[in-house]
Amino acid sequence: MDIRSDEPKLRALMLAGLDGDAAAHKTLLNKLSIHLRAYFKRQLARIGKGPTDAEDLLQETLIALHTRRHTYDRSQLLTPWVYAIARYRLVDYLRRAKGAFEHVPVEEAPDLFADDDATAVDSRLDLHKLMARLAPKTRRAIEMVKLDGLSVSEAAARSGMSESAVKVSVHRGLRALSLLVGTGAAHEDR
Amino acid sequence: MKTDELINVLGTNLDPVEGGQLRNTFVIALAVGGIAALCLMLAIFGAPADVLGEEYFGLKIVAMAFTLGLVAAGTSFLVRAARPGEPGRTPLIVLALLFFAMLSAGIVALILSRPTAWGGMIFGPQWAACLVCIPLFAIAPFASLIWALRKGAPTNLARTGAIIGLVAGALGAAVFAFHHPGGSIPFIALWYGGPIVLCALAGAILGPRLLRW
Repeated sequence: MDIRSDEPKLRALMLAGLDGDAAAHKTLLNKLSIHLRAYFKRQLARIGKGPTDAEDLLQETLIALHTRRHTYDRSQLLTPWVYAIARYRLVDYLRRAKGAFEHVPVEEAPDLFADDDATAVDSRLDLHKLMARLAPKTRRAIEMVKLDGLSVSEAAARSGMSESAVKVSVHRGLRALSLLVGTGAAHEDR
Repeated sequence: MKTDELINVLGTNLDPVEGGQLRNTFVIALAVGGIAALCLMLAIFGAPADVLGEEYFGLKIVAMAFTLGLVAAGTSFLVRAARPGEPGRTPLIVLALLFFAMLSAGIVALILSRPTAWGGMIFGPQWAACLVCIPLFAIAPFASLIWALRKGAPTNLARTGAIIGLVAGALGAAVFAFHHPGGSIPFIALWYGGPIVLCALAGAILGPRLLRW
């Protein structure tokens, strides 16, 4: 199914997620993953890259969609925004892997189709390795709030930080993670 | 790592996003950059003797309208370019029209005056100061606008960088005009327009490096 026919549903999930609905946000990311995985697989297949590379790229894109979600204009359609981010991550990925394939036409694939190719594989992205590169305070905040699922106030009580400090740390940490992902620092040894 | 795990991590304890974050960032960036440029101008030249002096009043208005028009159109482009997707062409067309109008006015002013006066009009007082000071005054707004765009997610980095350079250069030129607008319309077209274009070129080169995310 074309991602555009899903637009109203996806956009409703996005808006709910922006208002803080975690379940809607996860559902959105899951639904987008199906479209994006197929898209990246098809794009990377043309330059001889496999499903693992597509999964790397997918996860980078999910992190970008999450950390940049404040750049979505609520009055606009969602899919062009998603596609612009996916395409930017794809071009960035190709640039990083340049040399082997410099003349890859990415212009001509404007549609995100979700075909049967929806099976997930493990990416090379190693969250724990990534986390090791964060400042200790930021890492603790992310571990507690994002991995262990503690509430912000619980995390604040345990770490002795204020609630707003925890929130800021989590936010900064996610931004830092998305930058690290872009540099390839997060990849497991190949 | 499995993608499902990642989605779980991203979705756990989700914070709501407040609207208007990007707009506030731009207001701060323009204010900080503009005030810093103004302070630099005052530090170098001191307070202008007669801000609305009679001799250059008309030229000051022209220089301000040109540069602040560029700032307004360029900023409206940047606000859209901070979001992924196509920013639209209207602000770019307005920018091109402003340059075209300024250049045309300069040429008409030359045609209407005696050729013997051309040298004095084009190389009027302070042309070298324009060339040096406009890029110098543009540095602070350039930095603050780069900061603002880094809070967003621009997808065309060279073009976004170029417009950042242009807005910063135009803001620098507006501040310079506050000090001294120059002696003629052709002077403004050349010695304001030129350095602003140079700033845009520098921005286009630096953009891909500074704005990457």
